[in-house]
Amino acid sequence: MIEVDDVTHVYGEQATARTVLRDVSVRLSEPRVGVIGANGSGKSTFVRLLNGLVLPTAGSVRVDGLSTADDGREVRRRVGFCFTDPDAQIVMPTVAEDVAFGLRRRKLPRPEVDARVADALTAYGLAGHADHPAHLLSGGQKQLLALASVLVTEPDLLVMDEPTTLLDLRNARHIADVVATLPQQVVLVTHHLELLDGFDRVLVFDEARLVCDDSPEAAIGYYRKLMA
Amino acid sequence: MNALGLYVPGHSVVHRLPAGAKLLLLLLVGAGSVLLDSWWQVAGLLVLVLGGYPLAGLSLRTALGQVRPLVWIAGFAAVVHVVVSGWERAGVVLGVLASLVLLAALVTLTTRATAMVDAIVTGCRPLRVLGVDPERIGLVLTLGIRCVPVVVGLAEEVREAQQARGLGASPRAFAVPLIVRSLRHADALGEALVARGVED
Repeated sequence: MIEVDDVTHVYGEQATARTVLRDVSVRLSEPRVGVIGANGSGKSTFVRLLNGLVLPTAGSVRVDGLSTADDGREVRRRVGFCFTDPDAQIVMPTVAEDVAFGLRRRKLPRPEVDARVADALTAYGLAGHADHPAHLLSGGQKQLLALASVLVTEPDLLVMDEPTTLLDLRNARHIADVVATLPQQVVLVTHHLELLDGFDRVLVFDEARLVCDDSPEAAIGYYRKLMA
Repeated sequence: MNALGLYVPGHSVVHRLPAGAKLLLLLLVGAGSVLLDSWWQVAGLLVLVLGGYPLAGLSLRTALGQVRPLVWIAGFAAVVHVVVSGWERAGVVLGVLASLVLLAALVTLTTRATAMVDAIVTGCRPLRVLGVDPERIGLVLTLGIRCVPVVVGLAEEVREAQQARGLGASPRAFAVPLIVRSLRHADALGEALVARGVED
């Protein structure tokens, strides 16, 4: 359960201040929530609120009752975050090491880490690449690796910020298929509107405001009219 | 990507040696190399180090690949030493240089980055009394290793963008966008580290 109450967020100060979110209040408990909107509409900032990467200038954000401002550490344990550019997200030089990286702070015994890493690599079709340097993977494989590295920590909520923007159609479809089978709640920001088929709810952002909150068909229709 | 001296998977004796032991050996050989002053000692060291390659299941061609980038520096050093101190001294200096680079490369090729970083973190533990966080040192090293191919990729993009716009090879037109992109990448990486719980 995600609770966003009266959130306003401002970047910069005084002369350069720019309000990127204005009076956003929303409760999200559906398993699949989509977020769409124009570039610069505030949707990336909105999802960064959900794991405390961005703390609201005013208002509060709670995940499972935990405030992102006061319990950031606990929130980030529960919320996995997948970025647009996997190169920025992959921090270790080889594939298996990157998946193991997220487990470091769990202080698990070595055999358990190895087993979990092997399971994650198999699940996302990367088993043959365990010892390969991450930079030699294709774009689609890199995004799968980024996803595997997040999911190996078993988050309750997965937030994805345009995970398919840099991918071709086949890889985008593949990521979408993987996401469709996940047991956890997913909040997905995307410009690939067809990825939202089967979603429970879609939010549309425009000029820092949440302007539409509806079923995928209705929200996408609203967004198309907005952009026309 | 052996040019970057990255890990080659394997199960040889050399692979199975603890990373800390390998790093310590490298340190000792490096420090001890200043004591070598005759060509046969250096030749012995070179043979020993080269022997480590087949032992690790690596070809001598891989070994050659590790020292190839040295050619220009080594050539320059050779000329200087031949002029200043003669043939034998030049041979000693070059032999030591090649041996150390080969040994360092052998350690890198047979040791996972994680194992190496863990060993360094363990080795840095006594520095805790000085307020140093060994885990942080390990993370910095790892990110450094990871960022080499990323920055190489950014440099290629910048070069392509320049060519696409028909710009010549101006160093400034290359450096400025590369630095801007690298800084932007650093921001994104920082965000990802926080999201993955590094600061927690």
